[in-house]
Amino acid sequence: MTENAVHPVSFSNVGQARWWKRGVLSSQTAYVAVALLIITLIVSLFAHNFLSHGNLLNTSKNFSYIAIVGLGSTLVIITGGIDLSVGSVMALVAVMTAILMRMGSASFLAGIPYAVMIVAVAGGLLLAALVGLINGLLIAKLGLSPFVTTLGMLSICRGATYVITQGRGQAPDGPNVDTFYALTDGKILGFPVPLAYLLVLAVIMAVALRHTRWGRYVFVLGGNERAAQLTGVAVARVKISVYVLCALSAGFAGILIAGWLGSAPANLAQGYELKIIAASVIGGADLAGGVGGPLGAIIGSALIEVIRNGLALIGADTYWEQVFVGSIIIAAVLVDKLRTREPE
Amino acid sequence: MSATSNSVPGGAAAVLQLSGIGKDFGAIRALSEVDLTIHAGDVVGLMGDNGAGKSTLVKIIAGNFHPTHGTIRFDGNEQRFDRPLDARNAGIEVVYQDLALANNVSAAANVFLGREMVRRVGPFAFLDHKGMNARALELFNDLKSETRPKDLVKQMSGGQRQAVAIARTRLTDAKLVLMDEPTAAISVRQVAEVLDLIRRLRDHGVSVLLISHRMPDVFSVCDRVVVLRRGEKRADKLVTDSSPEEVTALITGAKEFA
Repeated sequence: MTENAVHPVSFSNVGQARWWKRGVLSSQTAYVAVALLIITLIVSLFAHNFLSHGNLLNTSKNFSYIAIVGLGSTLVIITGGIDLSVGSVMALVAVMTAILMRMGSASFLAGIPYAVMIVAVAGGLLLAALVGLINGLLIAKLGLSPFVTTLGMLSICRGATYVITQGRGQAPDGPNVDTFYALTDGKILGFPVPLAYLLVLAVIMAVALRHTRWGRYVFVLGGNERAAQLTGVAVARVKISVYVLCALSAGFAGILIAGWLGSAPANLAQGYELKIIAASVIGGADLAGGVGGPLGAIIGSALIEVIRNGLALIGADTYWEQVFVGSIIIAAVLVDKLRTREPE
Repeated sequence: MSATSNSVPGGAAAVLQLSGIGKDFGAIRALSEVDLTIHAGDVVGLMGDNGAGKSTLVKIIAGNFHPTHGTIRFDGNEQRFDRPLDARNAGIEVVYQDLALANNVSAAANVFLGREMVRRVGPFAFLDHKGMNARALELFNDLKSETRPKDLVKQMSGGQRQAVAIARTRLTDAKLVLMDEPTAAISVRQVAEVLDLIRRLRDHGVSVLLISHRMPDVFSVCDRVVVLRRGEKRADKLVTDSSPEEVTALITGAKEFA
């Protein structure tokens, strides 16, 4: 034993990847960040008003909604799952929050400062958590496929939204409505609040993923779920937690959008699930599980929004957006495939 | 070979004592009346054809399920493991055939999987990366494996991956390590590395139960060989008193008992 202390292992036999092939620099997220810079540059050259204060504010706000849900969606994707229900959850929660605010205004809560808004938002988020819990229980405890389970939940939540509203938009109202707008659509230090929420949530998620047991288990679940099971990790609990957090992120973004629009239409965020998953995947989350992070969700969402905004400013047909986004998804995974190709 | 003298009954303390272990799956008797004693520092090879009951026996010891008959004494106390975690807490570690490693995290993360070191900051517990990397490096040094704690497992050789899986068993003072076919499907050079790792475990006083199909491995690293056939123990002898030919005959049934 003592000789080990005198002659530490040398590693002379073991190669190590070159610095540019290791860590953050080697990730798809880094490549896409470079692509985002280039595309932003091109857009700002062709669309002169892209860099205007107003447009930048708008763009950063628009992508924040997608990116906030992208954070939650990325968590699910890292564990090797997928959540297709996010768009519907956004709508359901937005609608419920608006309705709760109106109902609260007519109740005793109206007399207590801010109580109506707090109860309405808490109720909305609770509903989101409940949807996520149901998804998580079905997937983790009963072993149902995440794709099918959340596809079903997509339909249930969207349907419930139409049933509750009969297709009519629900406007938040009541004594706290101005505070509600300020908190969901205001500015903080000159930045739109959704962007501020996004950054705060992203930092919390980054710390939790890298520096807590829970975060490590999220990655290990995507890498080798059986290994986690065999080493005594509470696999089901971790899995349920990511679906709850994903639904919460969707609910939160839904509430923000309701504040932004001043109303929660029943078709709010229709089709967003694909946009959100696309953002996560473009940013480097691997649908096979085990890879991803908050930065990727942000960069992926930003890329999609810059393209959309750029096309609109240039005066091109904005229907091209989806074609571009699709091409970028394929290009991103293609580059990643070529880069990580094993030498035969 | 000092280890050989350890394996003489009465020489060293018995770590594991199985007596009359039987397991029925419905009408099928997978194991019957198996007695097995493993002493500290013993390396015992467990051999047998497919379906002979090796996996069943190992799963009983590892706490995957209860035996239908018989008792397990571990470290002097009678034990009833309800789940693998109970066996692990008692001091039984398992190295699984597929090693149960997550490729996308570091070697240190795999070593500490499920048992991460944390530092408390108020209500939060943060991973102690530095502490875990340092401890993992110590374990790899002990095993004389050139493995960097921070490297991702997906970039590692087969031998390094084995070292990571075995280092995991060294994290606590495990008394018995069960190894399920560790040398199946790896290269010749890596087999030598794994056998060295097993010897390191023995040098640390750890008992090893090696489940293997490979005769050369058992005869080069084990002190004793146990042969199962049709759920019964057919032989339990020092490898120095046996031969690969005899063991083959016992496995196939050409020879009934030894």
